[in-house]
Amino acid sequence: MAKIVVDVMLKPEILDPQGKAVAAALPRLGFAFAKDVRQGKRFEIEVDGEPTAAQLADVEKAAEVLLSNPVIENFTVRVEK
Amino acid sequence: MKIGVVTFPGTLDDRDAARAVRHAGGEAVALWHNDADLHGVDAVILPGGFSYGDYLRCGAISRFSPVMEPIIKAAQGGMPLLGICNGFQVLAEAHLIPGALTRNHELHFLCRDQKITIENTNTAWTSSYKQGEEIVIPLKNGEGAYMCDDETLAMLEGEGRIIARYVGENPNGSRNLIAGITNERGNIVGLMPHPEHAIDSLTGPSADGLGFFTSVLKALVK
Repeated sequence: MAKIVVDVMLKPEILDPQGKAVAAALPRLGFAFAKDVRQGKRFEIEVDGEPTAAQLADVEKAAEVLLSNPVIENFTVRVEK
Repeated sequence: MKIGVVTFPGTLDDRDAARAVRHAGGEAVALWHNDADLHGVDAVILPGGFSYGDYLRCGAISRFSPVMEPIIKAAQGGMPLLGICNGFQVLAEAHLIPGALTRNHELHFLCRDQKITIENTNTAWTSSYKQGEEIVIPLKNGEGAYMCDDETLAMLEGEGRIIARYVGENPNGSRNLIAGITNERGNIVGLMPHPEHAIDSLTGPSADGLGFFTSVLKALVK
């Protein structure tokens, strides 16, 4: 069984208050490594067997229509074994 | 005049919206998310709340409800459509208006009486107001920051499509203090604060919100 992973991130120019809050919390805990943090969403979609090209095309479509809002977000689709 | 008020699972403000319609002299018709029939209404209100628990993104799942199909079609044909708060988010997700609503810049849920100015009185929902009129109505949202790209913002400003702006400090990080916008034709309005909670001084901070509902009744008589 394979997994199709869709990662959705706010576009770089869109303010991400949640990421900012995380970035502010890290140094308070002694983690000094973060210059910036952006928070996104990850969808794991299980399919039977190897994903076909048609399935991946459908996932792309679904990501554009439902999983992301193209006005404010970008997405990537990949297959995870 | 019949004004439909949609109830999605998780909608909160449908009763107040229906009451506001009746208070303005219209007939409120309850529309159900799972019923793709507009029951002969002349206009539609998408009220506030947390439809589908705000899962995925606010308004993202409601936008594909069966009732939205005839609403989108009718609104594209000129039917007056008002989205308040969560309804504004549904309009943005349905791409009936440009831009998107994102998390408040300070991350807090806001609930307060908010002063706004009415900046465009030529829409189906704002003709009862005077240009530049200041009104006070409740604002209560967690994801009310209006976002769009620079080009869209310039277009909205240039075409006078920002119908209402917050007065004073920016409550939620909306670009250019945007509280509400309209489509090109002026029949669709998205508004973050809540006029339906301010239709009489007994139950609201003012009666300032009633104008949205009297406006649409006037627009429908024309």
